[in-house]
Amino acid sequence: MRAKLLLEDGTTFEGDSYGAEGEQVGEVVFNTGMTGYQEVLTDPSYCGQIVTMTYPLIGNYGLNRHDLESRSPFVHGFITREEAQVPSHWRSEQSISHWLKEYGILGISGIDTRMLTKKLRIHGTMKGLLSTANEPWEALAERLGAAELMHDQVARVSTKNIHVSPNYGPRVVLMDFGAKYGQQRELTKRGCDVVVVPWNTSAEEVHRLRPDGVFLSNGPGDPKDIPTAIQTVERLLGHYPLFGICLGHQLFALACGADTEKMKFGHRGSNQPVKELATGRTAITSQNHGYTVRIDSLTNTPLELTHVALNDGTCEGLAHKEYAAFSVQYHPEAAPGPHDSSYLFDQFVEMLTKKEDAVHA
Amino acid sequence: MPKDTTLKKILVIGSGPIVIGQAAEFDYAGTQACQSLREEGIEVILINSNPATIMTDTDIADKVYIEPMTPEFVTQIIRKERPDGLLPTLGGQTGLNLAVKLAESGVLEREGVRLLGTELHAITCAEDRDLFRNLMRELNEPVPDSDIVHTVEEAVTFAEGIGYPVIVRPAYTLGGSGGGIAHTEEELRETVENGIRNSPIGQCLVEQSIAGFKEVEYEVMRDAADNAIVVCNMENFDPVGVHTGDSIVFAPTQTLSDREHQMLRSASLKIIRALDIRGGCNVQLALDPHSFQYYVIEVNPRVSRSSALASKATGYPIARIAAKIAIGYHLDEIINPVTGETTACFEPSLDYVVSKIPRWPFDKFIDANRKLGTQMKATGEVMSIGRTLEESLLKAIRSLEIDLDHIQLPEANQLDRESLMRRLATPDDERLYLLGEWFRRGESLEEVHQITRIDRFYLGKIEKIVALEKELAEEEWSFDLLSRAKRLGFTDRSIARFSKKSEEDIRLYRQEKGLRPVYKVVDTCAAEFEAATPYYYSTYEWEDEVVKSGKDTVVVLGSGPIRIGQGVEFDYATVHAIQAIRDAGLEAVIINNNPETVSTDFNISDRLYFDPLYIEDVLHIIEKEQPVGVIVQFGGQTALNLARDLRDAGIPILGTSLDEIDRAEDREKFERLLGEVGIPQPPGKGVTSIDEALEVVRKLGFPVLVRPSYVIGGRAMEIVYSEKELLNYMAAAVKVNPNHPVLIDRYLQGKEIEVDAISDGDRVMVPGIMEHIERAGVHSGDSIAVYPPRSLTSQQKERLVEMTTQLARALKTKGLINIQFVLHEDEIYVLEVNPRASRTVPFLSKVTGVPMARVATRIILGENLLSQGYTGGLWPEGDDVAVKVPVFSFAKLRRVDVTLGPEMKSTGEVMGRDRDYARAVYKGLLAGGVSLPRFGTIIATISDKDKEEAMLLMHRFHQLGYQIVATSGTAEMLTAEGLPVTQVNKLKDGSPHILDWIREGKADLVVNTWTRGKTPERDGFRIRREAVEHGIACLTSLDTVEALLTTLASIYLTAEAIGQPKEAPVQKVEVTV
Repeated sequence: MRAKLLLEDGTTFEGDSYGAEGEQVGEVVFNTGMTGYQEVLTDPSYCGQIVTMTYPLIGNYGLNRHDLESRSPFVHGFITREEAQVPSHWRSEQSISHWLKEYGILGISGIDTRMLTKKLRIHGTMKGLLSTANEPWEALAERLGAAELMHDQVARVSTKNIHVSPNYGPRVVLMDFGAKYGQQRELTKRGCDVVVVPWNTSAEEVHRLRPDGVFLSNGPGDPKDIPTAIQTVERLLGHYPLFGICLGHQLFALACGADTEKMKFGHRGSNQPVKELATGRTAITSQNHGYTVRIDSLTNTPLELTHVALNDGTCEGLAHKEYAAFSVQYHPEAAPGPHDSSYLFDQFVEMLTKKEDAVHA
Repeated sequence: MPKDTTLKKILVIGSGPIVIGQAAEFDYAGTQACQSLREEGIEVILINSNPATIMTDTDIADKVYIEPMTPEFVTQIIRKERPDGLLPTLGGQTGLNLAVKLAESGVLEREGVRLLGTELHAITCAEDRDLFRNLMRELNEPVPDSDIVHTVEEAVTFAEGIGYPVIVRPAYTLGGSGGGIAHTEEELRETVENGIRNSPIGQCLVEQSIAGFKEVEYEVMRDAADNAIVVCNMENFDPVGVHTGDSIVFAPTQTLSDREHQMLRSASLKIIRALDIRGGCNVQLALDPHSFQYYVIEVNPRVSRSSALASKATGYPIARIAAKIAIGYHLDEIINPVTGETTACFEPSLDYVVSKIPRWPFDKFIDANRKLGTQMKATGEVMSIGRTLEESLLKAIRSLEIDLDHIQLPEANQLDRESLMRRLATPDDERLYLLGEWFRRGESLEEVHQITRIDRFYLGKIEKIVALEKELAEEEWSFDLLSRAKRLGFTDRSIARFSKKSEEDIRLYRQEKGLRPVYKVVDTCAAEFEAATPYYYSTYEWEDEVVKSGKDTVVVLGSGPIRIGQGVEFDYATVHAIQAIRDAGLEAVIINNNPETVSTDFNISDRLYFDPLYIEDVLHIIEKEQPVGVIVQFGGQTALNLARDLRDAGIPILGTSLDEIDRAEDREKFERLLGEVGIPQPPGKGVTSIDEALEVVRKLGFPVLVRPSYVIGGRAMEIVYSEKELLNYMAAAVKVNPNHPVLIDRYLQGKEIEVDAISDGDRVMVPGIMEHIERAGVHSGDSIAVYPPRSLTSQQKERLVEMTTQLARALKTKGLINIQFVLHEDEIYVLEVNPRASRTVPFLSKVTGVPMARVATRIILGENLLSQGYTGGLWPEGDDVAVKVPVFSFAKLRRVDVTLGPEMKSTGEVMGRDRDYARAVYKGLLAGGVSLPRFGTIIATISDKDKEEAMLLMHRFHQLGYQIVATSGTAEMLTAEGLPVTQVNKLKDGSPHILDWIREGKADLVVNTWTRGKTPERDGFRIRREAVEHGIACLTSLDTVEALLTTLASIYLTAEAIGQPKEAPVQKVEVTV
């Protein structure tokens, strides 16, 4: 079966369909990771997006039940140059085609993904429509024009209920805006008693859970779409050591008075260099974000810029000047991506044990 | 930290001659490094004994020493130049070993030279197996169970403990020289003995076999601030067990999940940090295909062959960046030259698949053992890029120039199932094609996976290719089918073969439908950032990215993979041609597929097409580029072979016309030409049948020189002494090339002379005449060439220049021409004319100072000699003498006969240059790895026809104080002449015999002229092999012996007076073991 991809600038791609049939609209983005497609597919931050992998061969090692980053995929479509029909790996349980079908996600292959990527780089990310309908482009264009990109992704991907991953170490309330499993894994690995709460949990409810620290997870979309969460973070500030990642980082910045903006095509991949300003050292990081904290908005906030992206100088990390609170735009939990920055979790856990100083600082 | 300003002058060590395990990749690395240092205002001093390299051009370093790469010579240079630092990590294992010796001997400390890039400690830690294993244990990184042994007994004891098979790896050797897998005690004993001997520190690692694991490599970089990145990872098609230099490799890894990749990435970074390397490093790992268990196999604390591949595969210039790091820069302070904006501190992302296939010399060495193991045998490699793995792989296959256009070996269908399975089970150079054959027979993937342990993923790709072949054969012809075939990398020719159509039909159909390749950019970042690199590859997709300036372009065809007969010399000429084109204000476009070379550095040309030098691919590029013309005379036989098809396609060939080239290569036309200008050649004739051949030799008389027309490096060329030999040869040769006749010439014994000239069609300049030390009959590439000639009279030289001028004019040569002559009984005959760049262009350019390839290119582009300030005739000879000495890789190729003959066998060359002949030869031999002891033991086995000549030489050895050892025949002859000889047993007389002497290291030199009988059973063959495998110089030409003697005499005579020769009686000595 054939599949069609239409971009809002009128560009059309026709390729082979794999995965589910039907039609989906989303923001078309690209990821430059050469491995880790399963983690990308299940990263809730991609909710509402149609993801292109720049590496042409995807699905080579199949999919397995261990490399999931959330309960299910939330992408609105998957674009590859070629999907492996016969995966080969000792852990492989399914081919990507079967897996996408199971979750009702459309896949398109056989198109010039490099051309698509260049378009996205030059024009910025675009609204796109992926369809297996055998209809003329005009009809698809009409539907694409009428479609709105979603703004409620966090509510869609966040946990509906509180759940606990019990442990004997410090208690961390993980505010789930679309958390990747990796973050919880890293906290649990360090002995933390993790309580995962829905994105809209109020500050009071968090207090009631008597945490030693609060963790703000990654998540999809524009941080300004969830003003209640910004308020909650503002109210939690100073009460607990706080660590934010990705969307969590942006919410932390907004809560401290800084501002965010949409990027042209964002950072998505596993090879993004980030420089830690204090040490001058660069780490290769895993990233997935389309919004960024404006560095010029940091003046007159209690925030200090701690990390910058080496490629474009954008904000990659912040620390609160008074409280034990910090955040990074990238993904120290890796999965997919390098493990260079896992020390940030150590830092956070260390903070939890020095909580007293933080609260009364 | 920015640049270390205390470093003002740096000595860079090159890698010396091309040998198996160390090829052109270090020319690429060294050239980049020198340029990278010089653009920082640092004065660069370079030592490299290999004249055929770009890096030894005088515009690459401030001072270039083409001298033997021994600690003594480097020490001298250090004392003379007083550099602040020494950078050895770009000169391969040679550079590293030299650095270790210099550091350990205290020279560096005494002279105040800092070792840059990597500390001595890190080198020894990575190279010394024991230290390395201890470090890995400290780091908690797994290594296979292993033991360091210094004796065979230790190895046997250890192997009994862990069980067979075991892998033997000698310490500090190139390309795993002397190593191997041992399945039995007997094999182990042999391999370990060999390995200990090959290891400069007499050490071997015996290791638990992890054969069958996935073999993965990581190319990592680190700076002094501890920033560390992975430039590229690569996965071997062949599981652990085949040397990575002999493996088919894909980049990036294809079958590793992110978890595995990150696990191995972290391990690699941990190791480079622990070794405190500042620069590039290569980590080889083995990964269990059924678990997360992995082992660290090896670390190279330097830029390596894999780094060159990784650089070309990603666009990330490892050597260039490593040089910057060595002088203090941090990765984040260095701009990524590809994007021009982002820094070098990132990890490249690929949006294509890269394949590498090694190029093995088995087409030249038909007798060599083709099995692949832990000892590298390839002389070079090809790389290709595609958007599908199939496309990438098939492009690589047709880049190899082994007459294959597809994963299909025509003779494979003759194999019965059992033979096929047996051959699949043990890797050899043809296994890839046998896998194609397997699937073509409808056999199962699972079964062949069990046989080969090659990952199912790769096998699936091959199966897919074969399935499409079947579709082409059976299905209705359609645009969809054809475009699928093209996207999988099929050539028109293979499609035609499978679909039973003509190649032309397919080409026309594609033209009509607009089905042609587009060109995509290699940009290090998968299009995330804008890149301006003019580095392209073809693929069948939608968007073409080639940006043209509108200027006139000239396409230069490269020379493809390094192989015997076509080495780095041709890349040297290619690079010079490109530079000359650019200097002339035109755009230079290069097509090449060899990742090791300077010409495939995207900085060299205006546009680099990393594509096969296969006619279909080349024509596509030409169609795209619409050049004013194509230059074919610098790319060796590769480019010349393409030229004919280009001409047929109506593409203008610049320079000497192809008709003239044909005139020089076609026997009859050439004969006519010589007749016209009145130049003699050895009598001979081209024949196409055996009867004809017999008739011709009856007229000529034996010995005759026979060869097929159109050859590279004298393939299948032989001196034939009898009818029986001739019949054997004809049977084999006609099979070699049925389209072209076999040439039979009278073999004229005499002095061989080689001339390179540049012609503008009217004027002809001869930069130099070279005289070969070995008489005609030894391939010119295997002879020691001397410049200026030492024994020619000025009349003879004049005659040579005259003949050259006549020939160049007659052939309307525009550009370079190379002519080989023989001086036979005072008459000069022409042996061969090559109207193109030859192997000696870099050597001669360097010793004469005439930039030959550039001058020739300017002529090709329309200038003449006069406009460039050259008047023609013989370029004035200097006072110095230079010799070009061939270097062989025999130790790595078992079963190959060492004897020099008309077939070329050397892999590389070195230059020796000094104020007189003896000193130049001394340096040349030393640089070539021949040790020159002032006295010692020589084993002589001389054939009857050489005895008279040999006698004089043996006398001279005796006078120098050499002990002479010989078997009965030679011994009796020498004794009769009054020379003291130690007689030893022939092989058939039983141990202790002549081989035992060699094995026990009791000989310093072997002279063996038993040329006849190339089979391993013959004594002569066994003596020669034994010598090579024990690292003892083995000379098979008395001319080489004479040169060596002359040198020894003049180097050592003054130091030690010669005594009267002693008249000792012959002694029958019982050799005790």
